[in-house]
Amino acid sequence: MAIVAETSKFSRFAWPVLAWGVALIFFFPIFWMVLTSFKTDADAVKPEFLFSFTPTLENYANMTQNYDYWRFATNSVITSVSATLLTLVVGVPCAYAMAFNPSRGTKDILMWMLSTKMLPAAAVLYPMIFLAKGLGIYDTHFLVIMVLCLINLPIVIWMLFTYFKDIPKDIIEAGKMDGLNTWGEVREILIPLAWGGIASTALLAFIFCWNEAYWTVRLTTIDAATLSKLIEGNRAPEGLFFGRLSAVSTAAVGPIVVLGWFCQKQLVQGLTFGAVK
Amino acid sequence: MGRIALEKVNKVFGDVEVIPPLDLTIDDGEFVVFVGPSGCGKSTLLRMIAGLEDLTAGAIQIDGEDVTEVPPSKRGLAMVFQSYALYPHMSVRKNIAFPMRMAGVDEATQNAKIDAAAKSLNLTDYLDRKPGQLSGGQRQRVAIGRAIVREPAAFLFDEPLSNLDAALRVGMRLEIMELHKKLETTMIYVTHDQVEAMTMADKIVVLQAGVIEQVGSPLELYHAPRNKFVAGFIGSPKMNLIEGPEAAKHDATTIGIRPEHLTVSKTKGTWKGRVGVAEHLGSDTFIHVHDTGLMDMMTVRISGDIEARHGDTIYLTPSADQIHRFDAQGLRIA
Repeated sequence: MAIVAETSKFSRFAWPVLAWGVALIFFFPIFWMVLTSFKTDADAVKPEFLFSFTPTLENYANMTQNYDYWRFATNSVITSVSATLLTLVVGVPCAYAMAFNPSRGTKDILMWMLSTKMLPAAAVLYPMIFLAKGLGIYDTHFLVIMVLCLINLPIVIWMLFTYFKDIPKDIIEAGKMDGLNTWGEVREILIPLAWGGIASTALLAFIFCWNEAYWTVRLTTIDAATLSKLIEGNRAPEGLFFGRLSAVSTAAVGPIVVLGWFCQKQLVQGLTFGAVK
Repeated sequence: MGRIALEKVNKVFGDVEVIPPLDLTIDDGEFVVFVGPSGCGKSTLLRMIAGLEDLTAGAIQIDGEDVTEVPPSKRGLAMVFQSYALYPHMSVRKNIAFPMRMAGVDEATQNAKIDAAAKSLNLTDYLDRKPGQLSGGQRQRVAIGRAIVREPAAFLFDEPLSNLDAALRVGMRLEIMELHKKLETTMIYVTHDQVEAMTMADKIVVLQAGVIEQVGSPLELYHAPRNKFVAGFIGSPKMNLIEGPEAAKHDATTIGIRPEHLTVSKTKGTWKGRVGVAEHLGSDTFIHVHDTGLMDMMTVRISGDIEARHGDTIYLTPSADQIHRFDAQGLRIA
């Protein structure tokens, strides 16, 4: 008994300390970035202690006045929201079909979808650029939305498929007996039951879209440029201006951090889904 | 009305013929039980009637109308699933209302039917609860309620009691039988439990590997099993099946004698053996007898309590008129 008591006492203190330690290590770069965004470029590279600086909003003012932050932010919102919605519109029926009416090829199709994620993006960069330019859609919202949708579809379908698989087939069949057509099954049963899973998938897809940099940087110039492009644009030939860069980065990740914070519960609920049986 | 006719109904999954072409007629108001071991195709057959499984060939008629291509909800059938299959996000009331809402029944009628169903199923106090807050028996009653309000031509039950504990199962069995007497609607009931089949059915359909082995009333199956499989499957404890010289004496390849048709003596009898395990149920005693030289283990059912110690020598005598004879193909010899 004594041993049990001691173990639980140890774990009661050790685990929280460990958890906090790990959390702080992960959080530190973000904290550093936010802190640096309030420093002048000169202060930012000073070798002195982290906190020895005079706080300034100069970087933020500069960002909104000289770099047109809001245009980039608007583009990010438009492309991320549209791409997420489009991904769900395609992904939900697709995952539904595979979860409830699987055929012999379903497993292969799932693998094939996942395999597209294994292709190095650089391998198709030039074909994509030529294609986009040839079709006259280079640097348009349409192109960015399509690309974001396509790169997220495999993971979205996989996630939704997993959530839908958790719904007992009997419930869908009971719905069929009770008079539901396919759309009715999705509306009356699937969406209400898999809501947590769909929401967390959507959130994750949105985060991926928002953070995507490889394609958004290369397929846009001005009109459809997103926040990733803005950050990238701050890489000046004279070197890196850490203060400015930090402000831009903070403003770019800010919205997503806030969103994630508010949706924590939904995310956790979605990822631990499976309690409908 | 609920007369269901299956004509040359056939189901093939890939290379496997789950149900070879099969004919069956179920009369209006009948309580029919499909019984057979796991994987015999009884659930598949029920699901084909429900419309949840396509037919590879053949046709299904309900009240003379071909419904082979008709979707499940348009066949006028209601199904009760083993897992209950309630909608977990809806209250009991909404669950029961659901099929009526889908059919566009007006709200007043819906409420009247829900209240009547809830009253007859003792669910009135639970109407506002979610399925997750109910016990297994209550959930099953909700599932039945959801079926009743549709006023179907026939009820389909897919092993509805398998998830319940033994005591509840007996209670629900009676409730379903009561319901059948009250509604006089056709019911098709799938189970692997031959006791359920015997106690509930007007007509039992015994299936093995997708083939109908016999169709008949419980007592027909008990008294005159068409073949060895039915003989061994119907009745509890199982019929003793004896092969070899002892069977040859009766001009048969196999003879069968039910445990209750053997008498026991400590001094003399036809067959001699040694007591293995005796199960005392109070009303009956089941004695498992070894070393008879006829089969691995014979089972005897003696009414009342009888003293039988492990290892005791025991003599068994079959009632001559209760011996079932089967030929080399396993078919009954009349």
